[in-house]
Amino acid sequence: MCGIAGLFLKDQKLAPELGGLLSGMLEALSDRGPDSAGFAVYGDGDAGQIKLTLRAAPSFDFAALVASLGKVAGAPIAYQVHDTHAVISIPTDREAAVASALLGMKDVDMVARGRRMAVFKEVGLPADVAKRFGLNAMTGTHAVGHTRMATESAVTTNGAHPFTTGTDQCLVHNGSLSNHNDVRRELIRQGMTFRTENDSEVAAGYISSQMAAGASLQDAMTSSLSALDGFYTFVIGTETGFGVLRDPIACKPAVMAETDRWVAFGTEYRALVDLPGIDTAKVWEPEPAKVYLWERC
Amino acid sequence: MPTVDLASSPLRELNGALHRLTPSTNETHWTVTNPRGQHNIAVGLDFPVEIEIDGHVGYYCAGMNKQARVTVCGNAGQGVAENMMSGRVHVTGDASQAAGASGNGGLLVIDGNASARCGISMKGIDIVVKGSVGHLSAFMAQAGKLVVLGDAGEALGDSIYEAQLFVRGSVASLGADCIEKPLKDEHKTELKRLLDEAGVEGVSPDEFKRYGSARKLYHFHIDNVGSY
Repeated sequence: MCGIAGLFLKDQKLAPELGGLLSGMLEALSDRGPDSAGFAVYGDGDAGQIKLTLRAAPSFDFAALVASLGKVAGAPIAYQVHDTHAVISIPTDREAAVASALLGMKDVDMVARGRRMAVFKEVGLPADVAKRFGLNAMTGTHAVGHTRMATESAVTTNGAHPFTTGTDQCLVHNGSLSNHNDVRRELIRQGMTFRTENDSEVAAGYISSQMAAGASLQDAMTSSLSALDGFYTFVIGTETGFGVLRDPIACKPAVMAETDRWVAFGTEYRALVDLPGIDTAKVWEPEPAKVYLWERC
Repeated sequence: MPTVDLASSPLRELNGALHRLTPSTNETHWTVTNPRGQHNIAVGLDFPVEIEIDGHVGYYCAGMNKQARVTVCGNAGQGVAENMMSGRVHVTGDASQAAGASGNGGLLVIDGNASARCGISMKGIDIVVKGSVGHLSAFMAQAGKLVVLGDAGEALGDSIYEAQLFVRGSVASLGADCIEKPLKDEHKTELKRLLDEAGVEGVSPDEFKRYGSARKLYHFHIDNVGSY
């Protein structure tokens, strides 16, 4: 089953409300995905800085970790802890040293990298997961979230969505792919690595590989229509973009709404009912096999 | 004239109250506010009452309807009026997938568009869509009439039985065993009746094309194996 919620702000006055709005959307989709939940939030970005999302066991001492990483970087590192996750911000030119130090640590995982994107996901009810991470207080330009009812792989934190396979790139998926093993083998042959056996991670990897080869998000989404076989509704985030794609037979439900202040995606309309101005929003069902894309200038 | 606000009243109470009506009830006109996309609103009705729902509804609204006249002032999610037996369901906005699925009777009117699989497996229901319908509409449709004032998506009427399809706009493609058929006077009369019932004005039955079954897939025949 699964539920997807996505929100792309046109009016930046709403930026402080982004997390709160997404939180409500995810909670409305609990029936569709009570196993686990996750979200990617595109917040502020500083020139010359890169954000790394780290994940560790509960009560891990992130402060000590950041202190030791600061020594590696040769400068203090800004960080924010969100339950089992922490987002650290480091100068781009010190990233290689920090990343290499992190790779040597068994008890902490680097799970996302972006100029503006941070990714949070955990096993549990969507409302609980959103609360643990403090989603309500998060701000930004756009966000993509997911509530999971697992069908293709185990209920684990790594199996939750969003999947991120490239800088500032994330994907959430409702459905199941039938040729993911084939596509994964090909992507591994090209040098990509995967964390899970999950089909959705392969879709994320496919989009990232296309974009790494120079494709635009629009082109990468268009080519995934022929490369990926199965049922899917994807919502995809990049640093400036927000994309929606449904498989050609539109197996999985989808509703979109738009006002002059925002564009929103919900697996069901119920997810959208608390958005400001929804009563006068344009509400429609995205067409199958059609790429929908919003980009920030 | 009861009004039920679904923002403060549970849906089960509304449906329960509607199911407990008796044939002699004086509560023949109900207004439902704040549906907020909830599923299963006004399902399983069996009395000639009017229900007006102010806002967008979720899945299966007015499913299994008998006798009642249900109006959705907004959009409807998947399976609106699915398995309707009689009565009338009217959606003033768009309808999602499988509108009128498996319906046995009654009339479903959609003022906007209906997406994929509209009228799938219809068994006697009449459906009038004032906009367009998505792919695989009237899939395995057995009886009843589907009238589309706009366009039809791919594979219209795939594996159709004896339902009759009328499309005024373009048809992206016809499904297996669905063919265009002559629009005779008897069809125009029936089409006029449905357009009138749906409140469509200024549209002539002559503007439609009729589609139906070539009747070659009813029984397996080795010559048709490529079509299955």
